[in-house]
Amino acid sequence: MPAIGFGTPGAGGTAASVDADITLTVDGEQQRLTVDTRTTLLDTLRERLGNASPKKGCDHGQCGACTVLLDGDRALSCLALAVAHDGAEITTADGLAAGGELHPVQQAFLDRDAFQCGYCTPGQICSAVGVLDEVRRGWPSHASEDLTADPELTHDEVAERMSGNLCRCGAYANIVPAVQQAGGMA
Amino acid sequence: MTELLEPRAIGRDTVRRDGEAKVRGTATYAIETPVEHPAYAHPVQATVARGRITAIDTSAAEALDGVLVVLTHENAERLASTDDREFAVLQGDEVAFRGQLVGVVVAETSELARQAADAVRVTYAEQPHDSELRVDHPDLYAPEQVNAGHPTDTAEGDVAAAVATAAVTVEETYSTAMYFNNPLEPHATTALWDPATDVPLTLWDSTQGVHPARAAVCEVFGLEEERVRVVCPFVGGGFGSKGTPHANLMLVTMAARALPGRPVKLALTRQQMFALSAYRTPTIQKIQLAADRTGRLQALALDVVEQTSRIKEFAEQTAAPARMMYASPNRRTTHRLAALDVPVPSWMRAPGECPGMFGPEVAMDELAERLGVDPVELRIRNEPEVDPETGKPWSSRNLVHCLREGAERFGWAERPPAGHREGAWLVGTGVASSVYPTMRQAKSTATIRFEDGRYVAEIGAADLGTGAWTVLPQITADALDVDLDDVEVRIGDTRYPVASVAGGSSGTNTWGSALVVAATEFRSKFGGSPADGDEVSGDVDQASKDEDHSAYAFGAQFAEVRVNVATGELRVPRLYGVFGAGRIVNPRTARSQLIGGMTMGLSMALHENGVWDPRIGQAATHDLAEYHVTVNADVGDIQAHWLDEHDPYVNAMGSKGIGEIGITGTAAAVVNAVHRATGVRVRDLPVTLDKVLAALP
Repeated sequence: MPAIGFGTPGAGGTAASVDADITLTVDGEQQRLTVDTRTTLLDTLRERLGNASPKKGCDHGQCGACTVLLDGDRALSCLALAVAHDGAEITTADGLAAGGELHPVQQAFLDRDAFQCGYCTPGQICSAVGVLDEVRRGWPSHASEDLTADPELTHDEVAERMSGNLCRCGAYANIVPAVQQAGGMA
Repeated sequence: MTELLEPRAIGRDTVRRDGEAKVRGTATYAIETPVEHPAYAHPVQATVARGRITAIDTSAAEALDGVLVVLTHENAERLASTDDREFAVLQGDEVAFRGQLVGVVVAETSELARQAADAVRVTYAEQPHDSELRVDHPDLYAPEQVNAGHPTDTAEGDVAAAVATAAVTVEETYSTAMYFNNPLEPHATTALWDPATDVPLTLWDSTQGVHPARAAVCEVFGLEEERVRVVCPFVGGGFGSKGTPHANLMLVTMAARALPGRPVKLALTRQQMFALSAYRTPTIQKIQLAADRTGRLQALALDVVEQTSRIKEFAEQTAAPARMMYASPNRRTTHRLAALDVPVPSWMRAPGECPGMFGPEVAMDELAERLGVDPVELRIRNEPEVDPETGKPWSSRNLVHCLREGAERFGWAERPPAGHREGAWLVGTGVASSVYPTMRQAKSTATIRFEDGRYVAEIGAADLGTGAWTVLPQITADALDVDLDDVEVRIGDTRYPVASVAGGSSGTNTWGSALVVAATEFRSKFGGSPADGDEVSGDVDQASKDEDHSAYAFGAQFAEVRVNVATGELRVPRLYGVFGAGRIVNPRTARSQLIGGMTMGLSMALHENGVWDPRIGQAATHDLAEYHVTVNADVGDIQAHWLDEHDPYVNAMGSKGIGEIGITGTAAAVVNAVHRATGVRVRDLPVTLDKVLAALP
């Protein structure tokens, strides 16, 4: 459990904030920090740790730009409070290329020009890494004909699984082949 | 005629130079600018659609520990210019639309700033408001001109007489919804006011033009341009909404000036963007077409009704494409506006052409149906030899070629009959034309310098994902006759020479022309072996400019629609576009722009719908859960192709703009396909299930 302490009370007894001490491992580096308990994982990464790879597009879990890998699974970091994830391991798109070499999904996005403005891109890439792992684990989707069969990276499967990540530049037609390429299917 | 550059780097499929930073997420967008000890700003918005502020109580906000500044109209600085009422933030007690900025809080953290903004208590004397556009609105007026300097009305011949005597007519009303640009990166700025320095104001802003943004801020705050720097290397989409600054930039500048030496960050929330960033006016389009038995148009009229805000006029030039698209001896176009208690409308991708290629292109399909003529053939029969609006010859016009090649690629001749059914799905196909003018802005300068064995070009241009970081070096390399790897182009900073806004699909034409002028001058001055530090500048106004031709890009879009007979679910498995847009500088980024535009057009056809609540005066659909945009699973086989078009009149690159044409005509192609599948003619966008359900078998 994280240690929680009350911040300085404001006038009229209104607490300005409640703070908590937590530890996160972000892109392989352990970070100890004190956060306002209202702080999302996304704002912790962007405003406290200076890791702006995950993006804020809507702050309401509607666009997917903030997608990171949270303990290995794709997750919307704008819908997660940092205090609830003490001890978590987080990988951002930047962390996927931690060794200096692009992750196969990143390389596929470059090869297929699967982005334009780039703002949704780190979220798309983390989401795609999650998708490929979910498919490897045999998870079906709404597009799966047979819920018990091993899913394949067809156009419809990839498009369905990537639909939580909006791209206003309209690069979807390039994102699907990029994910298929990274999954060894194209 | 312009001598075209010998294409070596131009035309080559070139990977984005900023691509690696973007796939890692290390490309720095405005709010992400690393600065020491930033403070965070959060706006306070009006909660009435019209009225006066009678009291503001900021005490609870100010009492919170960590709140640094609370600004309202009672304590904010007086601006040097309030001529632009959108920019005149916190200057008075009047509320002109719901969501207007009435205050701002700056605090040590973003959480605290939001909490404190919520704690500001504003009391209003509310007045009755009128925020609903109606075709018979009593206050409709004719603006002096419409966007991009087009005339408000045009008339030639006698439309009424032609309609009265024509063999076949179409007289219908079409409407497009209220659309919100919604770039994925919210409108955001990091602002620093440091009066002790030579350049006291620095704005890292998400903008489609650092120089236009600086000019606006200087005007509003009475600052000299040398004392303001605007920086924007990357823009997370704009689609016009970041083409001109909005009130948020003035607000964050004001907040920074209240906290000298402290960087202040302000990003609008997604919900705030629906009132403060930009949107496309809804349009009502009354159309009259009259044709003889062979389908040749005898009359073409388009009367447009749309809205603007009471504090600032924006008149979308919706009728502009109807003036030049097809031949007709009798023609009329008009624009009428209602000024309402609504947020300020502005540019959204292809203002004018986007809505203006909906109504007329559906009407052409209706005409084809009534005539029993193929809709591709009907368009070909009405091909004008010269620009009907100006009488000038075309610099190049390959609409017919696009229609024919598109029909071939799509398999148009073998298309299934109307009402064709495959299992649970009705299948229909539709076509529409696309168009966008080829524009060059008047002002842009590029500098080229030889530095450490490389050619460094600088220009304050913007890359919204369009590819400028990559395309401008391709142009510069060919103009200098050197390898692409030997050229570096730097953009997105007012420290570089002045550049025009990335808008009107004019960026490559304008900045590219300035770069070619500079490169040519560089070579004539320094020859093939320049010395380190050799430098020249070139202005776009030195580039040869053709005034004798009418220059447009044209295209044709073909859609296949499937409608589920039980549910009315609409799918678009195929959407093909063929474009004649001059020489394509980078096929990779060009294809992305064209399919991106078509995808946004698909979004307009089926998904986007700003539902307005006239009782309270705001968009009911004010986030991305309710304002739907096309998602990945909505897109099927979407293809963009282009002709090998040679145009010697447009510029030295031979290129036309491609950022906007993709969204024009798409919605009409989809609507026409829906009609072919179901027999239902949807004249008000978007096409939703309820509009086709009643007609299904």
